[in-house]
Amino acid sequence: MRALQRFYLVEVLSGIALTAAHFFRNMGRHTLRALGKKDARGAVTIQYPEERRPYSPRLRSLHRLVRREDGSPRCVACMMCETVCPARCIYIIAAEHPNPEIEKVPARFDIDIGKCVFCGYCVEACPEDAIRMDTGILEFSSYSRGGMIYTKDALLALEPAGPDGRPRSPVPIPADRTP
Amino acid sequence: MSLAADLGIAFGRVAFVMLFVLNMGGLLGWVERKQSAIMQDRIGANRASILGLRLFGLFHPIADAIKLLTKEDFRPARADRFLFALAPFVSVFFALAAFASIPFGDTLRVAGREIPLQAVTLNVGVLYVFAMLSLGVYGVMMAGWSSANNYALLGGQRAAALMISAEVAIGASIMGVIMVYGSLSMMDIVRGQGTLLWGWLPAWGIVTQPLAFVLFLTAGIAATKRIPFDMPEGESEIIGYFIEYSGMKAGMFMMTDFLETVVIAGMTTSLFLGGWQVPYLEAHGFRLPGGWTWALPHLLVVLLQVGAFVLKVCGMIFVMMLIRWTLPRFRYDQAMRLGWLGLFPLSVANIVLTGLVLLLWGGRP
Repeated sequence: MRALQRFYLVEVLSGIALTAAHFFRNMGRHTLRALGKKDARGAVTIQYPEERRPYSPRLRSLHRLVRREDGSPRCVACMMCETVCPARCIYIIAAEHPNPEIEKVPARFDIDIGKCVFCGYCVEACPEDAIRMDTGILEFSSYSRGGMIYTKDALLALEPAGPDGRPRSPVPIPADRTP
Repeated sequence: MSLAADLGIAFGRVAFVMLFVLNMGGLLGWVERKQSAIMQDRIGANRASILGLRLFGLFHPIADAIKLLTKEDFRPARADRFLFALAPFVSVFFALAAFASIPFGDTLRVAGREIPLQAVTLNVGVLYVFAMLSLGVYGVMMAGWSSANNYALLGGQRAAALMISAEVAIGASIMGVIMVYGSLSMMDIVRGQGTLLWGWLPAWGIVTQPLAFVLFLTAGIAATKRIPFDMPEGESEIIGYFIEYSGMKAGMFMMTDFLETVVIAGMTTSLFLGGWQVPYLEAHGFRLPGGWTWALPHLLVVLLQVGAFVLKVCGMIFVMMLIRWTLPRFRYDQAMRLGWLGLFPLSVANIVLTGLVLLLWGGRP
């Protein structure tokens, strides 16, 4: 075997046979697909912007703030998430809540997504289940650092992802990015 | 009138070869991307579109050309101005010129004229192609030297070393073919491959010289400077002789590799795969070994032959692309060892063997 391998040509031919087999198999499948047989796939490629793979329900995606029934944020500005955040990307300013039974309410709740490491600690730390990372939104980009800061209103407007893991609310587009 | 017709015919012959090689070279960029993609279970470039038309990514070469032409043409401050600009042109010129003596069809007879389907009729055509291929390395060496960059210089030096070791093997392996068919003219060699061995087997070079075929193909792939013999480029160690080039000049070096692939494919076709010969097709139609014949008009025969040549060249290019996308690259010393201690002695052995067989057989088949 070793002598055969040293001769090189045999190994070269077997390698070429392997890649050629891939070529002709895939070419045949591409041809079948072009002829109308839709379940024939000659490539494993997912043509991304048009075609998306299903996301796992455990996927940690863009954060959202959960609302109460009256639409106000469930967050009580306890600063747990801000404290636990290893990237220090959450900024909260607390304010009094008009309802005496609720201690506080965030006057501001900003997340700098440009700093976030998507560890999910904020979701785990929250005692009120007020912040979740289940929007399924992964495409947030911006031309400036400022565009990566998501404010309370933007985070409150987001909906959880659908059963297939796809986002249900539109991707929030920062002011400096044209679609 | 006669002079004008002669000029027109000469121009047509040159134009056919020129356009064939240039278009193939341009198309190879697309072939390379798509073929490698399909071999690797991918789809490959398919995004460039004109009016929503994608055509399997066929517009990508055009998009690439536009991009390369509009990029900055950079020249290093200490580079040799003249040679730096000249090098890519030298490279491309010799790659383009090399195809001239490769015949793409038999003699065409129209209106009492005999037109050899070959850009230039040379009785030392084989040597001409080698000369052009070897001269092509000057462009690479000039690029490496004039760039004032150590990596480029290393690349150029490696290209020279590789070309010498490949060229020796090419020349020696081809000797067997020249001995068998008894001519240095490409046209005569292709004609010689039209005979039948034992009345049924076409005497193609791959049949009479199988060892030379393997040696020539290996050395030929080395001469194209592509993977698995890409020491002059050596992406992973030195970027290579074109490290300082940008825009269309870098594109021309890339183009040279593709053109040389076409030339080597054309050479292999002419010397080993019967050139424009269609099996059992003679000047007046098909004649099968059983004695069955089918007469065809002259023009159709010539068309079939040109078609067969183009098809064979495309097939050879496919094989060379297959090799390029299958094998890992050789290290510099491994390539040198393969060239000098593998290909060259085997080629010499092939010459001796061929001579012995011809001596015992009593002449040419």
